[in-house]
Amino acid sequence: MSTSYEDRSRGYDGDEDLDRGRGMPGGRGGRRIHRRRVCRFCIEKVDLIDFKDVRLLQNYIPERGKILPRRISGNCATHQRMLAEAIKRARNIALLPYTTD
Amino acid sequence: MFGGNVLDTKRQYEVVFIADPAADDDEVQRLTENFKQLVTDQGGTINREEVMGRRPLAYEILHKTEGTFVLLEIEGSGSEIAELERRMRVNDRILRYLTVRVDEDRRRAEKFKTRRAAKAARKAKGAGAGNNQSQNFATEENYEA
Repeated sequence: MSTSYEDRSRGYDGDEDLDRGRGMPGGRGGRRIHRRRVCRFCIEKVDLIDFKDVRLLQNYIPERGKILPRRISGNCATHQRMLAEAIKRARNIALLPYTTD
Repeated sequence: MFGGNVLDTKRQYEVVFIADPAADDDEVQRLTENFKQLVTDQGGTINREEVMGRRPLAYEILHKTEGTFVLLEIEGSGSEIAELERRMRVNDRILRYLTVRVDEDRRRAEKFKTRRAAKAARKAKGAGAGNNQSQNFATEENYEA
């Protein structure tokens, strides 16, 4: 890529990036995608995340099959850990894919 | 749960295994019955048995693209599970299995639930005892959540 580290830091300051027409709107590490939302599991007061609940888990693995990071999904630390463990178990038992190509 | 201080407190496990899709329902049923018999012979108990049915696998296992999932909820010590896993490993009709110990997680979930219920009951009593600041009540609840 043509962007050097200096350019990237300049991008954080202002709209220079947009004016220059350099692409990758959300690709700067999610600078604008900042979910301050509360954890969905905390609101519903979920204590156990079952690895067999494929429909629930599928919301947290987009196309490639990767686990959504916490800053995107908005989960709190405890529930993110529970969710990750459940997803990994589901992958083990072939309910969820490891990767999709 | 039984009394918690005894050394042989029963542990709860969830065992999920995938049976070969070439095996028909009768064979899967026979397999399940075999395993249940094995567990009960050794002193465990089966709390729940659920045939989750034929589902497509998320990825190929041994060149198979679908399989029959069976869930067994077992209560017992570790030795029964060890024996069961040994049998499943040897059996050619079982593609994969997964054993999860769930008693501690469930106990923790129960503890949270009862603690939350107690807290909610205390809150309700406190609010009913003449606390007219309904605004504060709402924000406190949100913070808790």
